[in-house]
Amino acid sequence: MLIKRKPGWALPHSAVTPEAHYANRRQIMAGLGASAALAGSGLALSGCGEAAETGGATGDAAGGILRADTQRRDLTATANAALSTDEPVNAHEAVTGYNNFFEFGTDKGDPARYADALTVDPWSVEVSGLTDAPGRYGLDELIDFQALEQRIYRLRCVEAWSMVIPWIGVPLAGLIDALKPQSAARYVRFETVLRPDEMRGVGARVLDWPYVEGLRLDEARNELAFIAVGLYGEVLPKQNGAPLRLVVPWKYGFKSIKSIAAIRFTETMPMTSWHKVAPGEYGFYANVNPEVSHPRWSQARERRIGEFGRRDTVKFNGYGPWVADLYDGMDLTRWY
Amino acid sequence: MVLSLPPLTNRRVDRWVKPPVHLLLALPLLWLGLQWTLALAGEPHGLGINPQQFSNRFTGLWALRWLVLALAVGPVARGLGWSKLMRLRRLVGLWAFAAVVVHLSSYVALDMLFEWRAIWDDIVKRTYITFGMAAFALLLPLALTSTRAAQRRLGRAWTRLHRLVLPAAALAVVHFAFLVKGNQTEPWIYAGILAALIGYRALEWRRRAPRAPRARRRLGTGGAAP
Repeated sequence: MLIKRKPGWALPHSAVTPEAHYANRRQIMAGLGASAALAGSGLALSGCGEAAETGGATGDAAGGILRADTQRRDLTATANAALSTDEPVNAHEAVTGYNNFFEFGTDKGDPARYADALTVDPWSVEVSGLTDAPGRYGLDELIDFQALEQRIYRLRCVEAWSMVIPWIGVPLAGLIDALKPQSAARYVRFETVLRPDEMRGVGARVLDWPYVEGLRLDEARNELAFIAVGLYGEVLPKQNGAPLRLVVPWKYGFKSIKSIAAIRFTETMPMTSWHKVAPGEYGFYANVNPEVSHPRWSQARERRIGEFGRRDTVKFNGYGPWVADLYDGMDLTRWY
Repeated sequence: MVLSLPPLTNRRVDRWVKPPVHLLLALPLLWLGLQWTLALAGEPHGLGINPQQFSNRFTGLWALRWLVLALAVGPVARGLGWSKLMRLRRLVGLWAFAAVVVHLSSYVALDMLFEWRAIWDDIVKRTYITFGMAAFALLLPLALTSTRAAQRRLGRAWTRLHRLVLPAAALAVVHFAFLVKGNQTEPWIYAGILAALIGYRALEWRRRAPRAPRARRRLGTGGAAP
């Protein structure tokens, strides 16, 4: 048909920026079982080159360990192969250069340009609501940096594009448990930090700041729900939501709230930012669903960044086996 | 030393002013073509991470800008008393239409890869695309009748036909406003400029209003006219 030749920009995908970049900054060690013995020892085994060829993160998913290099702000993480896709990951420059983080501007390049102004150290998260452990927690108190894992997830934006991203972080379920929600709590509400001095986009009332997102507690406890503190083997770049962000890969990207400054447990469904600005367009659940169109555009297909054409969107972004039962008996046309 | 220019005749406008204006108005599209050439050759390019989306947005914005510019030529020419400026209006309008055509092509070819079924669904179901297509449908006859011959043949009807540019521009702004997420200001800037340009014309027509009934009566008599 029209385009047989793979355009130059489509190749970068697994071949251009990321791999050299990626493989350079951390060594891959063999043997998942040996993690305890090897962690921090600095012993580098072969595998970099191989990983570079197969798509770095993909190679890791086979069971490698990422080693920290503190000077480069790299992170140590064990690869969670069971929950990782083996699709080629998107280029580092795409993952960190094409973002929606409206607090820094509405252009996809704005976050990469302006998020640098955000202070992420020190960082604390206010925990409140129906919890037995309310209070203000530092980042290190919330995240066990010795127990990070890498998960390669698909991310499907509500704007009908998608990427594959090697996240580093911890399961949200563990964090939820540590924060001791009371039995009456049914939802968890997240809030992005709001700092007008550091966020040049919040002067425009694109949304009612601060940005708010939420999950039903059973969704938050699903094993796929993840709190990322890094990606591509490095500390989370600010434009991607440093220092900690949610990643819920079966939902549209806007659910995966960035730069979390507050967590609140509630009995009632939290009012989320996009739902508030356009209730007919963005629901609370926002599960990826090709059968339910956004009122202004179709969700049946998506453009995987780096590919020329569009591919079919899969229900729950392909994570149905993990999450579909969360919505048993629910009319997903109504609860979009 | 004072630089004195020869009087600006129509001929001189056509010879010395039009070519650089053509080039200026063509620049965005030329730049885009160059970037796609680079991209398809595997070279570094300026299309960003999502080239199709970039192209849609880029061509749409320039189409809207040139459209608004074309609408501004009349008021500016009259306001400043630069009647020669009117000689440039048609070419601004035509470059606006060229950007519209590239915009539409970007969507149909690069973004949708000629999937007519999906494109038809978009036109019917997606409000912003419906509005965009409606704007195109209104602009198409204007471009087709932009020749001097068509102007002569249509006579007074030509002027009335070409007032369609106002609703077309309004539809284009609505198309833009419906496309963005959240409360973004950019479409409202265009809406504001457009409202001012339409408002100016409305005032102008009202100023001429006393003569209007007579004109209408004459038109209304149809066959009885000499």
